[in-house]
Amino acid sequence: MSDSTHTPMRTPLGRVRGLGASRSGTEHFFLQRVTALANLLLMIAFICIVIRLAGAGYAEARAVLGQPLVAIIILLTLLSVCTHMRLGMQVVIEDYVHTEGLKVLLIIGNTFFTTAIALAGAFAVLKISLGG
Amino acid sequence: MVELTLPKNSQMTPGKVWPKPANAKKVTEFRIYRWNPDDGRNPRIDTYYVDRDDCGPMVLDGLIYIKNKIDPTLTFRRSCREGVCGSCAMNIGGTNTLACTKGMDEVLVKGIINVYPLPHMPVVKDLVPDLTRFYAQHASIEPWLQTDSAAPEKEWRQSKDDREKLDGLYECILCACCSTSCPSYWWNGDRYLGPAALLQATRWLKDSRDERTGARLDNLEDPFRLYRCHTIMNCAQACPKSLNPAKAIAEVKKMMVERRI
Repeated sequence: MSDSTHTPMRTPLGRVRGLGASRSGTEHFFLQRVTALANLLLMIAFICIVIRLAGAGYAEARAVLGQPLVAIIILLTLLSVCTHMRLGMQVVIEDYVHTEGLKVLLIIGNTFFTTAIALAGAFAVLKISLGG
Repeated sequence: MVELTLPKNSQMTPGKVWPKPANAKKVTEFRIYRWNPDDGRNPRIDTYYVDRDDCGPMVLDGLIYIKNKIDPTLTFRRSCREGVCGSCAMNIGGTNTLACTKGMDEVLVKGIINVYPLPHMPVVKDLVPDLTRFYAQHASIEPWLQTDSAAPEKEWRQSKDDREKLDGLYECILCACCSTSCPSYWWNGDRYLGPAALLQATRWLKDSRDERTGARLDNLEDPFRLYRCHTIMNCAQACPKSLNPAKAIAEVKKMMVERRI
């Protein structure tokens, strides 16, 4: 919030109104629930794949990941989990970090981190799946 | 950042132990938060002994006994003494509640009644918190009927069914027990409206006579004003009128999604 909202002579109502409602947040809220539901379903499939591959050698793992359905499930899991992680972490940062500059920095860093994780994971899956 | 330790000038110090009333057969020990803005000292906990045969059964009766018979400097708000005005909201035995409707025997912890002001609010003196911002938040949701149609000759009409939708929303007495029990309100009370204001916002959003539902939702749609509620449910647990602000807030979130998809 800008400094103008904290001037001591501002009325309490003026302070509460601050810069106004941002008219956003619903999409964040809704997407967090959608990805939570997607995570639930995708993780079941993901765990089945992990169990199927337990003790398997590299060649067998490559063969399983080479199947389009398996690769797509893992890619979707990465997308859903990383999106959920970004949204959830952003809420935690907004809740607990009140230094404006640091908060913005952490929110940007959170986006960078989760995007990098998602893309690195997707690259690895595609590389194995497509036999690179 | 969130502060997990109290600032130096807010740290508690041992207080005075007041003598037990003479000839009292049954006494209850009160440990009460004291802070005076004029003496420059840190807050302290004073210990008082209340003669149970000489006062009523509620915590407020005990506080009034202390003020009248032991220490007239003890400061607290009270008015109706029957859970209607919301003045005597304070933290008793670790829970925000009304001193007037809470029996002394309900809140004994190891035989002691601990009384503090409502948490995480500026203290004016002793058990009196500064609720200026809390009231401004209530004002910000514009808690009155708003219409654009020409006013009817008599009253704005409402069906019985629609009136029933306001039950559980309109009964709030603005005591602030809920908002000051909410961790999200503690950390972000300058931007999060808090359960009390949002419960009242829901009361007007649900009113079939109101014509500004969309504008009211616009005014709430914000990551901080509304979406700081993480359904912790302390509000519902603390409410001395047994209302459920968390459920009301969930209804508002539902309306936000409804108007989008």
